[in-house]
Amino acid sequence: MELRPTLIAAACAAIAFSSIAFAQDAETEKGLEKYRQMLKQDPWSNPGLLDSDRGEALWKTPRGPKNVSLEQCDLGKGAGKVEGAFAELPRYFVDADKVMDAETRILWCMEKLQGFNRADLVKKPHPGGGQPVKELGAMATYVANKSSGLKFAPKAQHAKEKEAIALGKVLFNRRSGPFDFSCAGCHSAEGTRIRLQGLPYLANPKEARKVVGEWPAYRVSTTHVMTMQHRLLDCYWQMRMPELELGSDVSVALIAYLNKTAEGGTISAPGLKR
Amino acid sequence: MRKTSIIIVAIGLAGTTAALAQQKPVVDPARVDAAVKAAFPTAPADWQARLVPDETMKQCSAHGNSPPKAISGAIQKREMATIQYPADGKFLGDWKNGEKLAQSGYGLRFTDYPPRQVNGGNCYACHQLTKQEVSYGTVGPSLLGYGKLHEFKQADVKAAYEKIYNSHATFPCSFMPRFGANKVLTIEQIKDIVALLMSPESSVNK
Repeated sequence: MELRPTLIAAACAAIAFSSIAFAQDAETEKGLEKYRQMLKQDPWSNPGLLDSDRGEALWKTPRGPKNVSLEQCDLGKGAGKVEGAFAELPRYFVDADKVMDAETRILWCMEKLQGFNRADLVKKPHPGGGQPVKELGAMATYVANKSSGLKFAPKAQHAKEKEAIALGKVLFNRRSGPFDFSCAGCHSAEGTRIRLQGLPYLANPKEARKVVGEWPAYRVSTTHVMTMQHRLLDCYWQMRMPELELGSDVSVALIAYLNKTAEGGTISAPGLKR
Repeated sequence: MRKTSIIIVAIGLAGTTAALAQQKPVVDPARVDAAVKAAFPTAPADWQARLVPDETMKQCSAHGNSPPKAISGAIQKREMATIQYPADGKFLGDWKNGEKLAQSGYGLRFTDYPPRQVNGGNCYACHQLTKQEVSYGTVGPSLLGYGKLHEFKQADVKAAYEKIYNSHATFPCSFMPRFGANKVLTIEQIKDIVALLMSPESSVNK
């Protein structure tokens, strides 16, 4: 009987405790939102646009052993047509007999049209912290930017396009590695976060439509543009998996699945991220 | 009468076809394995195992991480068998070191070789633990006041050890790594994290 007041006190303390924690959560979230808004207030403050411009110049400059520009590169809407191409990628390309996303297709054009060596291009394709996005990534930023304002509209008609989307979904849910992680482990619930970083529920079209179109994105914490292929490599790095190869079927399939899930979502690349 | 039975048979057949279509995997598993193997060409020989899910992970992925009862029971049994207990029978280590391990996400990434420090448990990535640390994730439940809520019971101390050593022994298809079973953390490190959760002196319970 004597224990009772103690128990009541403990219960009160527990309630007070959880409301403090709750208020703290709300306060933290408010601070984060303010930061995001400040980043978004002036769209021209996005340094990623400089990389998009650099990408455009690279696209149009004769380069590589064959000294030609990429203006004959077919991104799916005909040779040289960049406007709106990103919105329909990944797609099946007859010449390569493969489904390709923007980066994989640019890589293919650099190899086939300009004569670059593929092995060299995929060796260290992504920038380290503080380094600007590499040439291929800058061109991918340009290509994505040329679909900015459009909605994701993957065709998903060719059997190989359908297969890529299905494979992407399987890979999204496939758990492996010493941590047993999968994409779904972090991206299959609403409103969760790692430390303070919010996690989009990517298997949910409503949330995928909001965020997928922001990539490639300028990342404030690493001061460079990060492309979607780079973003996926980074996820696998955290999953304790080896280095994901740019242009691999796995990366293309995951992008095919994400873009299909984000169908109808507006492209706003380059986005601005933490 | 006859017409009705024909319709019923037809519906029955359609049902069977739908069920068969559901059972057949959309993508050939061999195709998935081959794609994964090709996507990580720089993986050294001793990393190949990371590319392939073990039986438990296969079952979890196949059932969207909520397997039917029979499979979930089999997973629990299999994973429980992997748990190694401290030789001295003591589960409570040093909670202050447990706090350090809870903060650190170091270890097993391809940039972490050769190891420059001990592996961490990275508990804060997903869990709230103490009032002092406001940068915590919410993928897992809050563990604030965990020991106090469990009244520091000895049975719950052991249960906490088992959950950290192999989460699937308690919660089949949990998203938490099998820290002990997959050799992410040592038995001593797990004891330190158990102490962080279950010691009355720990800041988790203050």
